[in-house]
Amino acid sequence: MSTHSEPSPGKPSRLDPEAMPRRDFLGIAAASMAAGACGFAALGAAKLPKAAVLPSAAKKFKVTLPESLPSGTPFFPEGRSVVVFKDGDRVFAMSTVCTHLGCIVKPAAMGFDCPCHGSQFAPDGTVLRGPAPKGLPWLSVRSAGGGAILIDEGTVVPPGTKETV
Amino acid sequence: MNTPGHGQEERTGLGTFADNLRKVPRRFIESMFRTGRPDSDRSRNDFVFSNFFLHVQSVRTHRWSLRWSTTWGLGMVALSSFLIATVTGILLMFYYKPYPEAAYQSIKDIHFVVPTGRFLRNIHRWSANVMVFSVLIHMARVFYTASYRKPREFNWATGMFLLVVTLGLSFTGYLLPWDQLAYWAITIGANIAQSPREVTDPIGLTPHFDPGGLQKLLLLGSDEVGAEALIRFYLLHVMILPIALCGLLGIHFWRIRKDGGLAKPEDADRRLGGPDPEAVPAWTAAPRKTWSLAAVVRGRTPAVGAGAENTVPSMPHLFYAEAAVFMLTFLVCVLLSIVSDAPLKELANPNVPENPAKAPWYFLGLQELVAHSAFAGGVLIPGIIIVGLGLIPYLDREKKGTGEWFGGPGGGKLVAWSAVFGLGTVLALEAIAIRFGWLRQWFPGTPQLLITAINPGTVLTLIYGLYSVYIVRRFNSMRAGALGLFTCFLMGFLVLTVIGTWFRGPNWDFYWSPSQWPGH
Repeated sequence: MSTHSEPSPGKPSRLDPEAMPRRDFLGIAAASMAAGACGFAALGAAKLPKAAVLPSAAKKFKVTLPESLPSGTPFFPEGRSVVVFKDGDRVFAMSTVCTHLGCIVKPAAMGFDCPCHGSQFAPDGTVLRGPAPKGLPWLSVRSAGGGAILIDEGTVVPPGTKETV
Repeated sequence: MNTPGHGQEERTGLGTFADNLRKVPRRFIESMFRTGRPDSDRSRNDFVFSNFFLHVQSVRTHRWSLRWSTTWGLGMVALSSFLIATVTGILLMFYYKPYPEAAYQSIKDIHFVVPTGRFLRNIHRWSANVMVFSVLIHMARVFYTASYRKPREFNWATGMFLLVVTLGLSFTGYLLPWDQLAYWAITIGANIAQSPREVTDPIGLTPHFDPGGLQKLLLLGSDEVGAEALIRFYLLHVMILPIALCGLLGIHFWRIRKDGGLAKPEDADRRLGGPDPEAVPAWTAAPRKTWSLAAVVRGRTPAVGAGAENTVPSMPHLFYAEAAVFMLTFLVCVLLSIVSDAPLKELANPNVPENPAKAPWYFLGLQELVAHSAFAGGVLIPGIIIVGLGLIPYLDREKKGTGEWFGGPGGGKLVAWSAVFGLGTVLALEAIAIRFGWLRQWFPGTPQLLITAINPGTVLTLIYGLYSVYIVRRFNSMRAGALGLFTCFLMGFLVLTVIGTWFRGPNWDFYWSPSQWPGH
């Protein structure tokens, strides 16, 4: 009788590990597939709350500026968070939604003030002070004919873009 | 022919029927409780053990747990206020309509027309506030008594989730009245969710990877606060978050029992001065199987193998105390509801922001930080705080001071000094920011990323962090560092909340008193 333990044919050893029994393999495979299926189903369900259709109103709207509007005086179209300026025969528009946390800025001596956290913007929308990370975005303006202009709140243009209408 | 009865008069089938019918109420009660009146130590145990609602608690409670100064009943206050808010909330749902304008009108109806409607709404609102408040100081109690340590680490982690769900419940309820206050608080909240853009925008990452935009979209179901946002907040408020809370509460309470009851000092038995002379010795009453199972709990407790002489039956000692806390909480909610009405401002107007637009009080400290950087104050620092709190029991593996107020190296003296340091730092930083402004006023054109990285909030967090590193080194103890850091953040939260609540007016300007606010 040898005192050395020879790896017997049926016994696993470090050098010759036993192959995984068929039942274990099938069990693990079935469990992983079930877990995978549950995971994918959960992912699919989690996709549902991500709005597929944005229900907000159309971003484009028409507005007619009053003839008498002087250059540099803000004009606020009814029901929109937008301000429109005339500059000679050119016009430009900016969003009045504060880039900090979404409050509506109001005209002030220096330009625009945000009531929520004290951000201040120059008349051209650049940040003067406060927590706003960016200036007020300039919006696309096009002539819509008949003295009206078409403003698109969904299209941001580089600051300084003025449109002749 | 013998009757199966006691050999008395022979009864007809109809007589038995009548007799049984007569006894139905009593038999029903007996079948429900099974154990009879809880009038002996053993029947009191069975009363708890065989009751679905009570058995989440242990049948015997250590006398240390019943001292007021152990817990001040704060967890029970939180549970009580949740129960009160649930009942009043269900009653309010009979009238509430989750659709813009209709929501506002229905709250108006509840407030002015429905009998007791205003009272119920007030209780609902006050119990929600009591719940947030009690959850916060319950957390402080568990921290300061070092009760989060092994084997209770996981229950502390569960508590972190409960804190988040509690704040979520309260915040989602804030939108439902659909008045100006609600609308603008949620606009601000949703844009805080979007504020990771403050970082992704300047580095040009937003078109490819936009977690901020996704969060806002998931929260509002739209790009602005409207009907979709309202129905989502309503769903969260009455369904998703309450279910989540109930599940977490179940785990939280069950783990208290499984973790060996409340944490207590090693020498709690000695300090209590031996068994209560009035108490019947627990181990002389020939315990039955359930008795021994119930009295001996796993873990490092004085009860293991040593008898349960310093425990008393939970019925009535613990349950009466809990009932008292519940009634006290209810009383406080009712009294507050009598003296103070829940606010209802004008109908929400998306074109005119409320000025000042203030979040609920427990978020005003964050709003104070948000007034410098939305991302740092609204996402980064709260994230650091929640994760940091969650890590405490896994970093502090010490033994000293468990179950004692301000226990651990340094003790109460360290807490007091940390409070002074924390107060001084936050007051100094706020004074500088209010008096002299911050980077953008000093160096116009400072890039946004720099302001996001360096603002009063992040500077405060950094100073507190460095302070606690110093404390860890000085006392050579994680617990001491945790005591210092927690106390500092508590002071910071306190000061910022007070400033946000009482010293901020229109345009978030600083005012010593609301009477100085300019008319607008």
